[in-house]
Amino acid sequence: MTLLAFTGARIVDPASGHDGPGVLVVREGLIEGIAEAVPAGAEVIDCAGAVLAPGLVDMRVGLREPGEEHKESLAGLAAAAAAGGVTTLMALPDTDPPLDEPALVQFVARRAAAFGSVTVLPCAAATRGCAGRELAEMGLLKEAGAVAFGDGRQAIADARTMRLALAYARGFGAMIVQHPEEPSLAAGGAMNEGELATRLGLPGIPAAAEALMVARDVRLAQLTGGHVHFAHVSTAEALDLIRRAKAEGVRVSCDTAPPYFDLNETAVGEWRTYAKLSPPLRTEADRQAVVAALADGTIDAIASDHQPQDTDAKRLPFTQAEPGGAGLETLLAVTLGLVHGGALTLKAALALLTVRPASLLGIEAGRLAPGQPADLVLFDPDRAWQVREEALVGARNTPFDGRPVQGRVLGTWKAGRRVFG
Amino acid sequence: MSQTGFGQTVGRRRHLLGIAGLDPGQIRAALDLAETYISLNRKGGPRDVLRGRTLVNLFFENSTRTRTSFELAGKRLGADIVNMSNSGSSVAKGETLIDTAMTLNAMHVDVLVVRHDQSGAAALLAQKLDAAVINAGDGTHEHPTQALLDALTIRRHKGTLENLTVAICGDVLHSRVARSNILLLATMGSRVRVIAPPTLIPAGLGALGVEVFTDMERGLEGADIVMMLRLQKERMARAFVPSAREYFRFYGLDARKLARAKPDALVMHPGPMNRGVEIDSAVADDLQRSVIQEQVEMGVAVRMAVLDLLTRETRGNA
Repeated sequence: MTLLAFTGARIVDPASGHDGPGVLVVREGLIEGIAEAVPAGAEVIDCAGAVLAPGLVDMRVGLREPGEEHKESLAGLAAAAAAGGVTTLMALPDTDPPLDEPALVQFVARRAAAFGSVTVLPCAAATRGCAGRELAEMGLLKEAGAVAFGDGRQAIADARTMRLALAYARGFGAMIVQHPEEPSLAAGGAMNEGELATRLGLPGIPAAAEALMVARDVRLAQLTGGHVHFAHVSTAEALDLIRRAKAEGVRVSCDTAPPYFDLNETAVGEWRTYAKLSPPLRTEADRQAVVAALADGTIDAIASDHQPQDTDAKRLPFTQAEPGGAGLETLLAVTLGLVHGGALTLKAALALLTVRPASLLGIEAGRLAPGQPADLVLFDPDRAWQVREEALVGARNTPFDGRPVQGRVLGTWKAGRRVFG
Repeated sequence: MSQTGFGQTVGRRRHLLGIAGLDPGQIRAALDLAETYISLNRKGGPRDVLRGRTLVNLFFENSTRTRTSFELAGKRLGADIVNMSNSGSSVAKGETLIDTAMTLNAMHVDVLVVRHDQSGAAALLAQKLDAAVINAGDGTHEHPTQALLDALTIRRHKGTLENLTVAICGDVLHSRVARSNILLLATMGSRVRVIAPPTLIPAGLGALGVEVFTDMERGLEGADIVMMLRLQKERMARAFVPSAREYFRFYGLDARKLARAKPDALVMHPGPMNRGVEIDSAVADDLQRSVIQEQVEMGVAVRMAVLDLLTRETRGNA
């Protein structure tokens, strides 16, 4: 029998509201509770004043296995998640082959579980082949372990298909995760449309491409009663639409990713392809609107939108380079920037990384509830470090390369077993 | 970017990647040097300036005019010239730009002139290459030697680059020539107007310090210089404009529209021209107004000056 006692930590559990000292007791890999003293016979883990919180729940992570293991294998993903304090993640279905078959959904979850450091919950394809035409077998996919449906980095572009997907998924109590970007308006674009794109001679993607898709899907959610979740929202316009839809009681939720509240389009600099993301980095006004929407609750979760690419896909002229940034290992530190900057309390920031995404996915993770697996992250919220691509254990295509940050993961536990630090 | 010397510093070398970042002094110095090369060029050039130096023309897009101009400029300065184009080369076989740079490094090239269909390609090469890189046009970003040769042509006719009203007309959205000219002319203190249908005006253009017109006749009112841009046929296929005849009617330069500009206004075009699309033959061939042939001659002189300036440090007479 193993008995662990985490002492000397500031324990923050946004789900229960606990924020303070205490001894977190873990028995046989399960949380027993927060005690005042170390129980007899427990192995003591001295947290030395650091913050102990539920392991992070990252609701948007791009998978490259199967199909593109050279960009990041599941082993690499598991290591990156552990280094980032992420113990549960939702994986996107746009692998090769895509996750549109129950067997593939089971395969990915089981193979990832073998590493023992992270629970991988697949978001299965909403349409066969993520091609946006025929519905995938959502019922069977859900039985196989899918927690949501979407087409990954592709928008479900056809309005009728989206209507059917929202309606059908409602029958299984599942949400549709949309990449909110009108593809015909974004086609060929490489960065945010505006003065900087014009100066660099790059084709732009207007903010309207995001707002159009959000406006349409809000209307389709109303029509069907389905739940639409907008991923990585990046513009003030789209956030205003979502805020209004929520006020009207439409079943809509959304997340954003650290690049959209920490960086703006100027990070592209002179064709820095690591800053080429989808959606593109936006204006400073958009960035501020994302921060405001995190503070006022319009945004339900912060997800890494981890999208591994290798150097062959990035060391190209900007328009030809693949979009996407690695995000797992910088998720917590960059988010803590909002706390250090005064935009969010520590508890609110952690809620966006734990219990709020867990609630959207309908899972029990992301809280320090007695009887739950002891998925934990221990971090020093103040320790400063500099993001360096060569120091990352997973994919290295970080848009934050060189960025000084504050807040360092010291240890990660999965079901009571230390998997990092 | 350093403000001493000419061009932009990337790595250990100076390059000419764009007009952005050049100050008026650098531009003036390049034009003054080009001026001295005009007569030398007519006589055959000083063949010792680049003797023993290797210049590679790496053209991923076809351009007889620009490539020939650089080739002549290099030859008149005595350089050894190698022309590489993408058809049939390793580039066409999927070699990346970075691989190409590594290959060129191994060959000890002194100057690389590059034209590429991707914005930022010249800057990417400059990061990896030991040679001086001259951007001969990268995607829709910049074409700095074209702007310099246009400036030299203007200065020879108007005596100055300050306080002129310059109308740039046509497909600004896809034009690297327009971007370089806007930056250069604004830096030198001229007023730049852009005239185009709204579908061919890039977002945020006003922030570059230009005045935007969609009515060509109003935009040409009182202009000292009328610069026409080429409208590529594929733009019509992508529905930026409905037809060539409609474009010519509203945005083609003919004698009637040109009458709105100053009586001594110059007509310029970077070539090759689409006669009857963006420019009427009668205007293009009017030797009183059109300096299109002179632009070509100035191109060689300007490129000689740029080659000279960028190699001074390594030649040891900076």
